[in-house]
Amino acid sequence: MLNIQEYVAPNSLEEAYQYLISQKGATLLGGCAYLNLGTRNIPLAIDLSRTGLSYIRENEDTIELGAMTTFGDVEHSAILARYFNNILALSVRDIVGIQLRNLVTVGGTVYSRYGFSDFITALHVLDTQVKLYKQGIFDLEYFLENGSKEPDILEKVIIKKDNRQAVFKAMRNSRGDYAILNLALARIGDKFRIVVGARPGRAALALNTMEYLNNEYAQKRELSPEILKNAGEIIAEELSFGSNGRGSSEYRKELAKVLLRKAIQEVI
Amino acid sequence: MVVNLKINGRHYTLDVPPDEILLTTLRNLGFNSVRQGCDTSTCGVCTVHVDGKAVLSCTVLTCRLDGHEVTTLEGVEEAAETIGRFLVEEGVEQCGYCSPGLIMSILYLEKCVPQPTDEQILHYLNGNLCRCSGYEGQLRAIKKYLEVKYGAGSKQAI
Repeated sequence: MLNIQEYVAPNSLEEAYQYLISQKGATLLGGCAYLNLGTRNIPLAIDLSRTGLSYIRENEDTIELGAMTTFGDVEHSAILARYFNNILALSVRDIVGIQLRNLVTVGGTVYSRYGFSDFITALHVLDTQVKLYKQGIFDLEYFLENGSKEPDILEKVIIKKDNRQAVFKAMRNSRGDYAILNLALARIGDKFRIVVGARPGRAALALNTMEYLNNEYAQKRELSPEILKNAGEIIAEELSFGSNGRGSSEYRKELAKVLLRKAIQEVI
Repeated sequence: MVVNLKINGRHYTLDVPPDEILLTTLRNLGFNSVRQGCDTSTCGVCTVHVDGKAVLSCTVLTCRLDGHEVTTLEGVEEAAETIGRFLVEEGVEQCGYCSPGLIMSILYLEKCVPQPTDEQILHYLNGNLCRCSGYEGQLRAIKKYLEVKYGAGSKQAI
């Protein structure tokens, strides 16, 4: 049951921030996708939809996604479609239905650091930073690990434009369901970057697997089936995989091997 | 709190609690095509359009819609009746509980992709669950509706 005592819709970030620090329990409203799940008592709800944070901008070196940009916007963005094999759109396209994706926001997802998120996994494989209104810019990796140290507003996500190829893979019980496991892989020149999410823990880099693949590729200029098999064993061991109603730890380990192999085969 | 919004072309000034969801507001106003289903942002039976985009009315706070425009099935009766005929012809209309939300999603699909592939139809309707008729009939009905309306060589007007 949701209980909101007071609702405000400020017109600027500074006004929203002042509301946020004005009282304990003040809550920012993103997409409100989980509005009705659980019991919440919110003394002050702060709606960010009038603060001008709904945009996808292309700059000379970066792409910026405003915090109130919806997954529907991401899915249909002509700008995003031109970069990274459209990985961001592909990562959100199977999230429930378009009616929900038209509501879910970039900021609500990233700020909450959801472990089940497909979008965060895809963002993490790119060169991504987050801009917090008061605390400034942080690498996404740092933010996922530490979150915000104090009440703040996620203003935007900044993605460096480079020529990396990127792939997103996920396994679901059915279309629209949460992923049992997801994996994003990017190839930057001769280097590979690999992120695994929905483990069901938060998206994390597979550092040992990346090092192994990078070394093997530097030496042999190819990735043989044996190397891919070895990489699968490494990724299954180096990350923690948990169990929940969607899949066991053992199942997720096997999935990681398969998703990794399929992802690599798309970029070599 | 006071909210000014347009529903199906008509202006409303409403005094709603800050935690009231759009689904409740619409049903209180008598727009009973908007169904209550899962309440967990999953099933799609409460689908309406806000500023032309399909959204789940169980997931939208009414107070956020000040100055916005909402469309329910009651606002698109003619199109709904047409699509409904195709659904009935394919045996999709069984309990009918999901039909209003499904039709609102079909209209959004039509707006975004007037001549979709089968894959695109399934993609756009993925958020509408039906627990009695299955989805093959829906797919057939939607394809026939769109083919008749937009299909190559078809001269039949709806």
